[in-house]
Amino acid sequence: MAKSAYQPPRQSTLGQIIDSVVILGAVFLALWLPIAANLAGADTKQILPPGVTVAENADGSKTWTGLTWEGLGQNATMQAQWEKLGYSIEDAAGLITVWFDYEINWLLALVTAVVVIGYFAILLYYSEREYKEVIAEKFDR
Amino acid sequence: MSDSAVTATQTANPNAINLKKVLGPVHVWALGVGIVLVGEFMGWNYSVAKGGAYGSLIACWVIGLLYTCVAMIDSEITSTVAAAGGQYAQAKHTTGPLMAFNVGIYLVMAYTMLEAADVLVFGDLVSIGAGELGREGVDPKPFVFLAVAVLAWLNYRGVFMALSVNFLITAVAFFSIIILWVGVQPFSPGEITQHAEMLAIVPLPELSSVQGLPYGWLGVLAAFQFGTWYYLGIEGTCQAAEEVRSAGRSLPLGTMSGMITLLIAASLTWWICAGMLPWDYLGQALAPLYDASKMTGSNFLVVLLWVATVFSAIASANGCINDASRAWFSMGRDRYLPQWFAAVHPRYRTPYRSILFLIPIAVAFGFTGLLAQTITFSIVSGLLGYTFMPINLTKFRRKWPLGSIKRGFVSPMHPIPAIVLMTLCVLTFFAVFLGFGTQLFVMIGFYIFISLYFVYRRYKYVRRGDQFTMAWPKPQGY
Repeated sequence: MAKSAYQPPRQSTLGQIIDSVVILGAVFLALWLPIAANLAGADTKQILPPGVTVAENADGSKTWTGLTWEGLGQNATMQAQWEKLGYSIEDAAGLITVWFDYEINWLLALVTAVVVIGYFAILLYYSEREYKEVIAEKFDR
Repeated sequence: MSDSAVTATQTANPNAINLKKVLGPVHVWALGVGIVLVGEFMGWNYSVAKGGAYGSLIACWVIGLLYTCVAMIDSEITSTVAAAGGQYAQAKHTTGPLMAFNVGIYLVMAYTMLEAADVLVFGDLVSIGAGELGREGVDPKPFVFLAVAVLAWLNYRGVFMALSVNFLITAVAFFSIIILWVGVQPFSPGEITQHAEMLAIVPLPELSSVQGLPYGWLGVLAAFQFGTWYYLGIEGTCQAAEEVRSAGRSLPLGTMSGMITLLIAASLTWWICAGMLPWDYLGQALAPLYDASKMTGSNFLVVLLWVATVFSAIASANGCINDASRAWFSMGRDRYLPQWFAAVHPRYRTPYRSILFLIPIAVAFGFTGLLAQTITFSIVSGLLGYTFMPINLTKFRRKWPLGSIKRGFVSPMHPIPAIVLMTLCVLTFFAVFLGFGTQLFVMIGFYIFISLYFVYRRYKYVRRGDQFTMAWPKPQGY
């Protein structure tokens, strides 16, 4: 016997507004929260060349000692380009001495991998269930 | 094939106002390249920070391979499933509603965050330009808002005008890279560009033992994250599927010629910047090609590259508004989202409510000034979408083997592109994890939340049979 098509409930205007607000809120939470909580962005560390020290002053500026272009790993051409860009050795040192921290936390990597794979597995599982309903209604009625 | 697509969308709801079929291959090219070309003007250079200049170049080529696979796979399915929403419409037919909902959200998030990054750069460039003219300290925020408002209005008025404008400004931006390349005298190495000296990076012994690679091969892998920025959004060509005159011809032609354009532009961009800017500077620059033009000492090139960078950002944001709103519109039409979003403007025949709804998100993130973070949001969403593509093609071929339905384009060498794409996606996830692991984790958490929201809240509003709109036979195995 042919099955009748699924008739979805009609969504009220208020329901549509609530759903729109929920979606907008979720987007902002997911994107804004990491930025606000300082969780977005790169994991970095500062590595100073031998003999170089840096101290932060009360006004936020930094005082460097022991800086040389050579010590910062810059050859004469690089030095010339930095200067052409309007960078002093202190300005350049602020960029050159910051490095990405690629030390791998394998436990976190494993957890992330499980979450990503689990996410796709759930997606495919529920999608398949829903897809069978779609196909049944489209072709078997 | 496009005939069946037309019939499919119209038979689903014959009384509905449909989107206008006005676009040709040139518009498809402009939509794809227009969205992506900004990636040569900003953002790609963060890959230099993650892996050094050579690491960025390797990432450029390897990720170029990833996107070639994306374009091949996408061309086959989109030229057969020609409906607004691109990969979203594909997922409905091959995998199921929950996957389609997620794919739709990936697209919206990837494009809206890319749009936010575009207008952020636009605002900063206006501020920089004003500074060059002696007006220091101009606030970029009003210009961010202005850019979004004008582009949203342009899209509100009609897709043909919006994409015709895109074609012009994208062409100007592309040729500016060629002109800059000629201007830095590529056949006289050492005159302006100095690759031998600039690329002689001496790594710290505790981080790398490979000359030229500051983080060694791990850094090259990490650079894949921002290597995607050279090409991210090329798959946006599929969003216009319902508005192209001949999908079977226009989509593969526009997409593949777009990929070739981007591969050329990416290689030239890297070559120019790596030979003129110290890698530590390049890795954090806002607009590296513009910076490179300043190093030439030519006022003409400086003005040209400023204009081109602005144009590329505007063209990209314009295309992003077009694509994100189409995906949002499609989800509203299918009741995955409130139906209110499914309205088509009675006069301009554009998804105007979807266009307007996404404005606050783009403006808010354009205001943050955090380019690398905003870009990473876009990259993670894009990457999730690419990870779905091999699954998509495999299901598509299994359910409708070659010969069972008419295809506009057949992706060659299947399943090799699917396997390569999946492998590169896994590696790129790991690249994002290196340095941006927390952000990756939070984004996946978001997608898990909205999946639960769909299953338990929205799916009950979805008409089951209406999700399958193509005039195809029943899929095999069901």
